[in-house]
Amino acid sequence: MTKTTRILYCHCQYAQVLPPEVKAAVLRKLCESGVAFDAVADLCELSARQDPALQRLAEGGAVKIAACFPRAVKWLFHAAQADLPLEGAEVLNMRVQSADEVTAALFNGEVKPNLPRGKATATDAPKAVAAA
Amino acid sequence: MSLTTETTLRVVLYEGANAQPLEADNRLAALTALLEKGFAVTRAVAGGRVAPQPRGSLLVLGQFANGRTPAAEVVSAESPVRFEDITGFDADHIARTAEGVRAETGAAQHGEWKPWFPVIDYDRCTNCMQCLSFCLFGVYGVDQQNRIQAQNHDNCKTNCPACSRVCPEAAIMFPKYKSGPINGDAVQDSDLGKEKMKIDISALLGGDVYSALRQRSDAAKARFSKERDDKKALQERQKCLAKLANAGDIPAEVLMSLPSAQEIMRRAEEAKSKAAAALAAQPK
Repeated sequence: MTKTTRILYCHCQYAQVLPPEVKAAVLRKLCESGVAFDAVADLCELSARQDPALQRLAEGGAVKIAACFPRAVKWLFHAAQADLPLEGAEVLNMRVQSADEVTAALFNGEVKPNLPRGKATATDAPKAVAAA
Repeated sequence: MSLTTETTLRVVLYEGANAQPLEADNRLAALTALLEKGFAVTRAVAGGRVAPQPRGSLLVLGQFANGRTPAAEVVSAESPVRFEDITGFDADHIARTAEGVRAETGAAQHGEWKPWFPVIDYDRCTNCMQCLSFCLFGVYGVDQQNRIQAQNHDNCKTNCPACSRVCPEAAIMFPKYKSGPINGDAVQDSDLGKEKMKIDISALLGGDVYSALRQRSDAAKARFSKERDDKKALQERQKCLAKLANAGDIPAEVLMSLPSAQEIMRRAEEAKSKAAAALAAQPK
């Protein structure tokens, strides 16, 4: 991971749509790591408030975001007047990915941009959790 | 004060120079407690930098050496910075400290409003104004270029995704919704079919859900006045609402809170006029 890649974690505090065990495990791994990161109670709320923190994140280069669907995250940032860089943003989806998948992607050295471009289709969908 | 002008308090958990890092378990407990109170938290480590907070205050928490909180290097009236030593604090105490500073600074209180509002996918949106025309609660408006946008987020009715059902392009998301594509999952061709089907259902109900509601309500009123039967009128209303709730996935409490038929008519006309004006102003 480049030194400048930032991490944003969304706790989705005001809805029960993220599996609690996934967000708890991701937050635990972040806390056990030595990395700096931003954690927000609810990305939707920040978007509705057009919180300047989202602009800073969007303008600061590469960023990895542990939240929900990339399409939703892309347009939540847009609604906050803070367009994410298409080439430098990777969204990890805690609604469908396992905690291990999310944390592995957060801490690996590579940003894999995955924001949808144009009309999102089935091929843009994140892979489902592999069956045990 | 609107959502976009309220000041906020951002918390920094400082673990850099001149501060003792927290144990991992304590860090997790502190972060969790702060997030559950609705705060945004930046964990800062040695060598890192924390950006200023342009619309609110910054609260820097740390186990500072000898309990001495550092002096802020740059403090402006617009974005005040406050330091608190949290040595020996448990997670609850940390959260209470942040809550106290929030109240003192008059920053936004979190949790009073569930952030439920439409998020528009402009890759899909064709600016057809159906959502503006449909919504009775004034959530939608247009920008200076007559482009549709969600403007009054806190007018939106929690858990009601009805406008996304009438969008012919499946361009309206509610990220906290239970299923795709409304929750932001990729749109499949079959989803577009489903959306069309739902519009047809509403047409079957009498043109649109609101006119159906009006007609049912008027019929129920007429019956009520003739028969003076409270029970029948209530049953009729409940039957109608259940049908509408199924068609648009509209929570019953939203339907039950709808205003009178006349007020629905007035708002629907107003919304339609706004949509028509925005469409007329679009370049041909």
